[in-house]
Amino acid sequence: MIDNIVDITLLSFLVILALAIIRMRSLFAVVMLFSGFSFLSAGLFVVMDAADVAFTEAAVGAGISSVLMLATLALTYSSKNADKEEKPTAHKPWLPLSVVVITGALLIYGTYDLPSFGDPDAPSQLHVAPYYLENSMPDTGVPNVVTAVLASYRGFDTLGEVTVIFTAGIAVLLLIGGRRRVKPNVKKNGGDREA
Amino acid sequence: MKHNLILRVVSKFIIPLIFLFALYVQFHGDFGPGGGFQAGVIFSAAIILYALVFGADKAKRVITPYVLRLLASLGVLIYAGTGVATIVLGGNFLEYGVLASSQVAGQHLGILVIELGVGITVMSVMLIIFFAFAERGQAVLSTKAESERG
Repeated sequence: MIDNIVDITLLSFLVILALAIIRMRSLFAVVMLFSGFSFLSAGLFVVMDAADVAFTEAAVGAGISSVLMLATLALTYSSKNADKEEKPTAHKPWLPLSVVVITGALLIYGTYDLPSFGDPDAPSQLHVAPYYLENSMPDTGVPNVVTAVLASYRGFDTLGEVTVIFTAGIAVLLLIGGRRRVKPNVKKNGGDREA
Repeated sequence: MKHNLILRVVSKFIIPLIFLFALYVQFHGDFGPGGGFQAGVIFSAAIILYALVFGADKAKRVITPYVLRLLASLGVLIYAGTGVATIVLGGNFLEYGVLASSQVAGQHLGILVIELGVGITVMSVMLIIFFAFAERGQAVLSTKAESERG
């Protein structure tokens, strides 16, 4: 009962936030609303007992990515658009709207074939999950099954994930890390335009 | 934000607590929710908060970009090195059981070490990305100011 109320409240807040994000023109406000959206999703994950996922969503989705989006807004500065308003779109919304509505309807239709939430007979619960739940304690001695799977059973996957993050860092450094050679050009062009 | 007294005082008070919480999440991941990834993000969040309130240049004096690049590679090296160490000790890649006398003790040690590697890499990559954005932002702002002046 209380679970249902919490779920409905969180989900309706998510819908309200999504609508507000669509309607909002100020990009700063949109970034902050995205942050709130992530935080509410983290709350939903907590209700679904996925504490590790909620933790990641709160730290990365609501925290770091908001900071990075704000930094991007600061980077894309132009004096014409100093208050960061989203440009009004030129095209009619009917084609994208119909695509979104049809896709959404198909997805909702698809959920009727999904097993219900927490169903012990769901295919995902019958494959390797029982093995992990039964053997992770004697195998690894780690009470948190998520950590046991992530770091031990699927250690090779996690190594790949860390390499992906490392590669992302290198890519950002390559793309916008070296600033010295770009700066004089920008200065010259800006000066020309002003003259 | 350099002149905002309340932000400066509160963030000075709260940054050590964030560090402490990050370390707790890092080394308590075996028992509670969390682990290297979350801990790295929280750790970097503390330094980003410092950079937002006191300026990126001061934050770069705390942890220089050169050190960050070293740390980002070091984390991956620790992780992959653990795998190589298990091969050298006679196991498969990342088979932590051979690291210590018993299977469970080896698993504990291995998970602790690789989570440390994950945490170090995530922390430094987040900061590398943030500093790259902040640095470029300063360059954009300064060129803009110069072009407006000239």
